[in-house]
Amino acid sequence: MTQSEYFLLPWYAKIFKTVVNGIKSFILGIVNFFKNLPKNVSAFFRKLGSGFKNFGRTFAQGGLRTKLSYFIMGAGNLFRGQIIRGLLFLASEAAYIWYMVKSGAACIAGLRTLGTVQRGWYFDEELGIDVMRENGDNSMLILLYGILALFITAVFIVLYLNNISSAAEAEKLSKAGAKLPKFKDDLAALLDGKFHKTLLTFPIAGILVFTIIPLIYMILLAFTNYDKDHQVPANLFTWVGLDNFKTMLGANSVLSQTFWPVLGWTLIWAVFATFLNYVLGIVLAMLINKKGIKFKAFYRTLFVLAIAVPQFVSLLVMKNMLAEAGPVNVLLMELNLIDSPLPFFTDPTWARVTVILVNLWIGIPYTMLITSGILMNIPEDLYEAARIDGASPFVMFTKITMPYVLFVTTPYLITQFIGNINNFNVIYFLTGGTPATLDYYQAGKTDLLVTWLYKLTVNSRDYCYASTIGILVFIICSVISLITFRNSQSYNNEEAFQ
Amino acid sequence: MLYPNKSYKAQQKFVNGFIQVLLTVLGIIWILPLCWVILTSFRAEPGSYTSYFWPKGFTVNNYVNLITKDQQFHFTKWFFNTLLVSVISCVGSTLIVLAVSFTLSRLRFKMRKPLMNVALILGMFPGFMSMIAVYYILKGMNLLSNPLVCLTLVYIAGAGLQYYIAKGFFDTIPKTLDEAAYLDGATRSQVFFKITLPLSKPIIVYTILTTFMAPWIDYIFPSIICGSNYESYTVALGMFKMLEREFIGTYYTQFAAGAVLVSIPIAALFISMQKYYVEGVTGGAVKG
Repeated sequence: MTQSEYFLLPWYAKIFKTVVNGIKSFILGIVNFFKNLPKNVSAFFRKLGSGFKNFGRTFAQGGLRTKLSYFIMGAGNLFRGQIIRGLLFLASEAAYIWYMVKSGAACIAGLRTLGTVQRGWYFDEELGIDVMRENGDNSMLILLYGILALFITAVFIVLYLNNISSAAEAEKLSKAGAKLPKFKDDLAALLDGKFHKTLLTFPIAGILVFTIIPLIYMILLAFTNYDKDHQVPANLFTWVGLDNFKTMLGANSVLSQTFWPVLGWTLIWAVFATFLNYVLGIVLAMLINKKGIKFKAFYRTLFVLAIAVPQFVSLLVMKNMLAEAGPVNVLLMELNLIDSPLPFFTDPTWARVTVILVNLWIGIPYTMLITSGILMNIPEDLYEAARIDGASPFVMFTKITMPYVLFVTTPYLITQFIGNINNFNVIYFLTGGTPATLDYYQAGKTDLLVTWLYKLTVNSRDYCYASTIGILVFIICSVISLITFRNSQSYNNEEAFQ
Repeated sequence: MLYPNKSYKAQQKFVNGFIQVLLTVLGIIWILPLCWVILTSFRAEPGSYTSYFWPKGFTVNNYVNLITKDQQFHFTKWFFNTLLVSVISCVGSTLIVLAVSFTLSRLRFKMRKPLMNVALILGMFPGFMSMIAVYYILKGMNLLSNPLVCLTLVYIAGAGLQYYIAKGFFDTIPKTLDEAAYLDGATRSQVFFKITLPLSKPIIVYTILTTFMAPWIDYIFPSIICGSNYESYTVALGMFKMLEREFIGTYYTQFAAGAVLVSIPIAALFISMQKYYVEGVTGGAVKG
């Protein structure tokens, strides 16, 4: 199909085509991934192999001082006069060995079982009575410290390899008779050639400690049985493989009977919350920007005001306004429009519609804000020409406005969709997941996967299930963005406009 | 055209009039909840619900009590807690965001693409999935007795992942400027401090404002970190507490007063930076 044929299709066929293409390219991507897997794996091992070869060759060909730095880090630099650099390497080796001997090795070994000694009563054979053991193993801390130890080891390996290449470099330079860089020169390089290292060290360290390590910890929890029956420190938990995923996705547990409906509602919510907000926001922006409308700036500020107020304020106020005895119900009853209060948050279907509607109240101004400028950029003569050809406003909207706006805001739309799948605030502040139901485990009828995850961690402490949900949400989000992002220009041609 | 010129104009006038009315109605719907908070904050009668919209009596006591009385809730303390956290984390986060986005936008090195992919992947996990683990890490560092330090630390540490909008801005600065400077013998740090940063005032302002606002509107993370440590609550956390069943009857009007006090500066900041927000999201496609 050529480009022009595509443009001639009606809008629903275009959407259909796009979705089919997306799925096709996604499947192709997976197929290609597996097709290229052997090649990539062998390339990886070849690279690893050549790395080892290099490692060995440097050792074989290097001088005594280089050889020495394989065992005593920094030796190659120290004996060539790069005192500070050498001392830093030496200090890091000493620190690592000290750490490993003191606790690191035990931490890594503990990862295998996550603890064996349980706190509680046990039978002491020597004494012949039951004895209370006060200090059992704490599986959670064992897991956490084990991950930390692995990370420290990884950092150390990087440092170690750095030390070797630095020693080899120093040897090469001194053989060529060149002057070795002093510590002062190293510092200067950090402001120029290696400036990226200077700028990124702190941010990466922060992300490593407070994002990546916690995330790996939580991911690993999904493969343990750390639920409310295995709480530390009184109990131990251990590895269970893929059991949690089987329970969650399988057929016969209360967890899977909660998971599938909640997932369904999450997707319905994300679709409505994203696309209704989007289309209605564009319509609102068009209404405000229409020629002949007065007080444009005033209206715009009015709507923006609603989102400028912090969400915990505006949503909590909404919750109170729509409550059973809240002002909206009271007002409607006083006007004799209804006899009994409307069940905004008490009836499951009502509650679901209400959260979507309230979300419109927050979402429409955002879309309006973003699309106003784009709408003003659409050349007026396009509309002029369409009007002369007798196009109705609706046709102009679908044929001119929407394609133009969509072109610019597709990435925004995708992030919005992902954001709505993970939309915690609206649900948590408005309903807290209620109305509650006995069909679900720890979830209410308006709970999304993320709010359910939150309840599982904070209320019932079923950490392993919470982590399982987190991983499943991640898979859903990444599949959606892979389908849509991979073909987009902004992903493939990141540098096109630089 | 189906209509002769004159009636087309008349029709347009009618349509515009209709839209004007529609916009006014919508505007009222949108602004009504905010008006309701403001009215509630001045309401003399206590209680969470009233069966009428317009208060029977007006008073400023809600504000006075909120700020001066200190028995159950320490609003003033919370306010300054939040201010402290947001000022410090704003400085730290802004520096980190600028450093990361400059590096990823202007410098070329082996790990650039992999790092950006990692950031993309990290963004797809539900944000607070790891919060419990962060809690235990902070506990391990013996920092939990001081929740404000924890909050500041975690906000600053997470800033490195929020480089996206600032990077988009740096991408639009012509590269020829850098190249000219390198030809003249400038180092990369000099380019960063003397060329890029002076050209980036809008994005610096945007970053400062967003990072300043974050602690004011964040609820989940403080709720996990602070626990029952009333003294070191942030505003969002404390005000959510006010709405708990046992307090809501007495404190609802004070909650409204607090909401107004917090919302005014935050709303002002948001409105002043909306232009940058739009530019960031649309990738600079809007020049209007």
